[in-house]
Amino acid sequence: MIRVVLPSHLRMHANINGEILLDVDGKATQQSLLDALERRYPVLRGTIRDHATQRRRPFLRFFACQRDLSHEPMDAPLPDEVTAGSKPFLIVGAIAGG
Amino acid sequence: MTGVRVLVGTRKGAFILTADGKRKSWDVSGPHFAGWEIYHVKGSRADPNRIYASQSSSWFGQQIQRSDDGGKTWEPVDNKFAYDGVPGTHQWYDGTPHPWEFKRVWHLEPSVTDPDTVFAGVEDAALFRSNDGGKSWAELSGLRGHGSGAHWMPGAGGMCLHTILLDPVDPKRMFIAISAAGAFRTNDGGETWQPINKGLRSEHIPDPHAEVGHCVHRLAMHPSRPNVLFMQKHWDVMRSDDAGNSWHEVSGNLPTDFGFAIDVHAHEPETIYVVPIKSDSEHFPIEGKLQVWRSRSGGQDWEPLTNGLPQSNCYVNVLRDAMAVDTLDACGVYFGTTGGQVYASADAGDTWSAIVHDLPPVLSVEVQTLT
Repeated sequence: MIRVVLPSHLRMHANINGEILLDVDGKATQQSLLDALERRYPVLRGTIRDHATQRRRPFLRFFACQRDLSHEPMDAPLPDEVTAGSKPFLIVGAIAGG
Repeated sequence: MTGVRVLVGTRKGAFILTADGKRKSWDVSGPHFAGWEIYHVKGSRADPNRIYASQSSSWFGQQIQRSDDGGKTWEPVDNKFAYDGVPGTHQWYDGTPHPWEFKRVWHLEPSVTDPDTVFAGVEDAALFRSNDGGKSWAELSGLRGHGSGAHWMPGAGGMCLHTILLDPVDPKRMFIAISAAGAFRTNDGGETWQPINKGLRSEHIPDPHAEVGHCVHRLAMHPSRPNVLFMQKHWDVMRSDDAGNSWHEVSGNLPTDFGFAIDVHAHEPETIYVVPIKSDSEHFPIEGKLQVWRSRSGGQDWEPLTNGLPQSNCYVNVLRDAMAVDTLDACGVYFGTTGGQVYASADAGDTWSAIVHDLPPVLSVEVQTLT
């Protein structure tokens, strides 16, 4: 199971408490992880990836294992600690705005 | 019991203000969707329990929320606004072609007769419709595709479709306005559109009388007279008596004819309201005096309404969707400010008081009259 942590606004929007545990079919990548997340919570479609481009929204970042994975290819494998569930995959809202 | 429900969209959430028909004592509910920008909240005239809200965020994009119980509970509905076909380009600020990109929903306009039908005006400018209560959206692409779209250019606030007026007599006719393209009308339910900007004069574009390119800030219409339209343009208050075929200026004795909001009295189609703003570079009232100006003659002759409004050191703005009227007798008039106040008048503007003082900057105000 992969552990996913969302920003508080998205947790409230999707009525999620705490971390999410996700089963990801096949190779675990950012793409397959987000696909699984949006299948479980359809209300999150368009909130992390733009509907039209499917690209990560510019004010969001993907962190794991103390690394910024935001600019990794979407089909790159996730770190082993993430796929093993020992470290969470963090979706983080940028500190910006008022 | 007769009463009113004021729907307020702000930079940091939605608020619902309710009162009985006296409109003296108010209950404040909110923030709903705390922390999100709520560009617009509007209830269905066909079913007052049905309310739609446009919720957006620079971080998380666009959401549409729907309530079926008058705003007590909400559910997110579809948030996918996909332009029809290849979106093409419009002009960017520097005049270069720029791809059409969806950013947010500025205005939601429920059908007059069907609570499940609702129109959405979006940035970059386009019109969408849902026939299933917001569960899916389809673009009425005849508007963008009618010919001039490639020449539209954003105003300072973005290229937004901010006004949607539905003709209550002819369901196939509607009017929309885009900043900074101008006003448009359809007579066939949104299949085809024509610009209706004849008579507008805008000095900030190369041809001041151009067919498109005018920065229209807001349109207003009294439901009993859908051929008569009022417009707050960037500069100038305008009037049309032929459904937009031609316009003439009715700024008259206004102290400045720049502004954003304009609305019409619920029972007097010749009584209109504006909030004069000093200029396009100074978005606040003249001399720090917040004043609504009322014309009882359909424009040209205006009177200031100041009783209960701050007359010193007030430097707020009143945005284009932040004024509304109820249909009680006497007509109630409401507006919200970027300083977070929502002012109400239960006597058609003669006297005012603040329902709330300290909300986040107010983006929109709508009113439902409950009977």
